[in-house]
Order: sequence, then structure tokens, then C-alpha cells
Amino acid sequence: MSAVVEFRAASYRIGAREILKSLTLSIEAGETLVLLGRSGSGKTTALKMVNGLLFPSAGEVLVDGTPTRRWDPVRLKRRIGYVIQEIGLFPHYTVAENVGLVPQLEHWEAPRIRSRVEALLRQVGLDPEQFGARYPAQLSGGQRQRVGVARALAADPSVLLFDEPFGAVDPVTRLDLQKQFLALRQELGKTAIFVTHDVREALMLATRIALLCDGALELVAAPRQFLDARGNEACAFLECLDWKADRP
Amino acid sequence: MNTGLASEIAQLTLEHLTLVLISMAIAMGVAVPAGILIARRLAWRPWVLGFANVMQTIPSLALFGFLIPVPLIGGIGKRTAIVALVLYALLPILRNTLVGILGVDPAVRESAVAMGMTGRQLLWRVELPLAARTILAGIRVATVTTIGTATIAAAIGGGGLGVFIFRGIASVDSAQILAGAVPAACIALAADGALGWVERRWTAG
Repeated sequence: MSAVVEFRAASYRIGAREILKSLTLSIEAGETLVLLGRSGSGKTTALKMVNGLLFPSAGEVLVDGTPTRRWDPVRLKRRIGYVIQEIGLFPHYTVAENVGLVPQLEHWEAPRIRSRVEALLRQVGLDPEQFGARYPAQLSGGQRQRVGVARALAADPSVLLFDEPFGAVDPVTRLDLQKQFLALRQELGKTAIFVTHDVREALMLATRIALLCDGALELVAAPRQFLDARGNEACAFLECLDWKADRP
Repeated sequence: MNTGLASEIAQLTLEHLTLVLISMAIAMGVAVPAGILIARRLAWRPWVLGFANVMQTIPSLALFGFLIPVPLIGGIGKRTAIVALVLYALLPILRNTLVGILGVDPAVRESAVAMGMTGRQLLWRVELPLAARTILAGIRVATVTTIGTATIAAAIGGGGLGVFIFRGIASVDSAQILAGAVPAACIALAADGALGWVERRWTAG
């Protein structure tokens, strides 16, 4: 297996504040690496370095073996799908136009875009007939997030980035979306980096969990090993699970 | 006499409309791009906004007067009047363009960038369509104001419906004043209605 994304001593600094401290980590093809951490632990910063929304102050991040700085910024971003909590659907475009945007920017022909959009909407569990012509404002939060995922998948990116994508929906919808995520992974085998602060979500979705604390990598472990992890930060997160389990 | 007045009203109304249309075309051509520019360059913002602000605070009659001695753009006549009207119309368009673009949801902008839109695509496909309504509202305000302010152009030989008004003031003739004021008000109302309609059309889309 080869590393699709590789952090090499990547740091990010704003003024004197070091948000990410010399992160070294590689993500293999087909895996789902979950970056777990509290708010402000640097996980979103790390994620944004992958598609060149941010560049490391020191060290480098490699995508397909090439440092992000040497990539053409537009090419790099179009190769990588990106889903954020606020989703950021274009309110003036229909669902179909939102999903078909990157293919359109890539100058695909109209019939190909149309069939691609239909297939994607079906893949994320939305009926294209029913939803294709709607505007984002006419969807529920969960439906919007599904469209967000479909849009990120549109141009068949090699890597998908998720920044707490299911953080703003109700728990039932959230579980639905998580199951969908697992099903899609099964089906597509995409490499994904997933940021969350929810340890339960991390355990459910990850093939490996990377725990960040104050900008530093604490540990990397498969979910099963993570459950046995020592160390303050890992225990703090695991306590979130136990506390619930211990209640009468 | 009456047909003479009617034809004069028609002629001066046409002159008035020409003044307004030319001024608004130039003002939009300057203020919309300038608004886009200062939405991206924070450092220029106070200077550009400050300039437009100062222009707006100068009493309109004084602004026309100040321009007369200025070489190239000054003097007596339509050109000077147009320059003054443009300076006057800049601020609402500029400010609304800026506010409209800055008002685009940061998450929308971030996903546009993350999807690999170029700066130009971001502007034309996302920022301008989403800011269009606000920009139009600014253009609407500027147009209505310009129609009123253009009556002062007559004071420096710019023509338009202000000719009636100044003549009426000089000869204490209310009928003359009304001959200028009523058509000007009608034009303003019509322009406001028409631009309001365009604005609502935009909302629907």
C-alpha cells in the first residue's frame, strides 16, 4: 500500500501560536483516518493542509507523492472532495447544479454530467427525480448533508476530506448519515480523512484514529486498540463513552 | 404658448434623462468594480470608501460649483454636471457592492474555493449572483437620488428639468417650478418602480 497523503513534520503557526506541531502521519489508500481531538486541537488545520486551503509553516504535506506547494492549486482541490459541517451548498443553484458543479468546471459534456448527478444522488439515498430540481433551502439538514457528500464525490476524487460533516444534525439523522458513510466506503473504497470531536463517531467510522491534543499527535491506533489506550487525552475521550455506560 | 411649454417640457425631460442615464452608466462602471476590488483588498477599503463618503457629504450645489474651475472635467455645461452626478452616485453603489460580496456565507465561499474554483469563477458564479440583489438595491437608491440631484445641473448650464426650476425661482413663478419638479418626480417614481421590479425578479430566481 502506498501513502496517498503524507504529513512530514508539518507545522502551522499563526504569529507565535503553534496550532499544529510537527505532524508526521501517512494515510494509506482506501483507509478512513479519523482525526480526533477537542476544539482547537489543530485537526481542522491539518485537514485544510491536504487540499491546499492552508500551507504548512514548516515541513510539508504530500498528496500522491507531491508536496501541496508544488501542486497547481486548482488541480489539487478538484482532485480532493471536501465536506464541511456548514455544507456550503450554493443557495442559487439547484441540487443537481450543486452536485454537477465540479464536473462542469472540468468541462464534462452535459449528458455525462446529468447521468453522473443522477447516479450520485441515488448513491447518497436521494431520488434524483424528486430532489434534483430543488434548491438547498428546500431541503432538511440531513438531505443537505447528503447533497454535500454527493457533490464532493462528483468528479471521482482520489481523496475525501470531511470536517465534522455530521455535527449539526440531530442524532437520529446523524446515525443515518454515518451508516451511509460506511456503506459508501464499502462501495467506493475511497481514501478519507475525517475530522471529528465525537469519540463514538471516530470508533464507528475509522480504520485508524489519530488523536490530536494541543496541536500535537498523541497516538495513532485502530479503533479496537484505541479502546485500550493509555494517556490522559485518550482516557479523557474514552471517559465520554464510559460515563454513559456506567449510568444506572 | 401651451404647446410651446409642452414641447419644452418634453425636450428638457429628454435632456434630464440623458444626464441621468450617462451618469448612472459611468457610476456603475466605476463603483461596481471598485466595490469588488475593495471587497478583496482590505488596505484600500478606507481610502476608497472615504473618498466616496466625502463626495456624498459635499452639498450638491457646492459640488457643482467646485467643479467649474477644475481643468479638463470642469467648466460650464453637461460634462461638469455628469462628473458631479457620477461622484454623487458612487457611494450607494460602492457600499452595496461591498456589503453584498462580504455578505456571502463564508462556508459557501470556502466550499467554492475548496472545489477548485478560480478567483474569476468564484466572482462570477458565486459572489456576484449572490450579491446581485444588494448591488441592485444600491443602484436603485443611486438612480432615484441622481434623478433629483440632476435638477441642480441647470445651475451650471447642464440643462435638464432644473432649467424650469431655477427659472421659476428667479421669476417667482410656481408654475415654472412645477413644470420642472413634477416630471422629475415622475421619472424618479418610474425608475424606482422599474428597478424594484428587477430586484424582485432577482429574488425569485
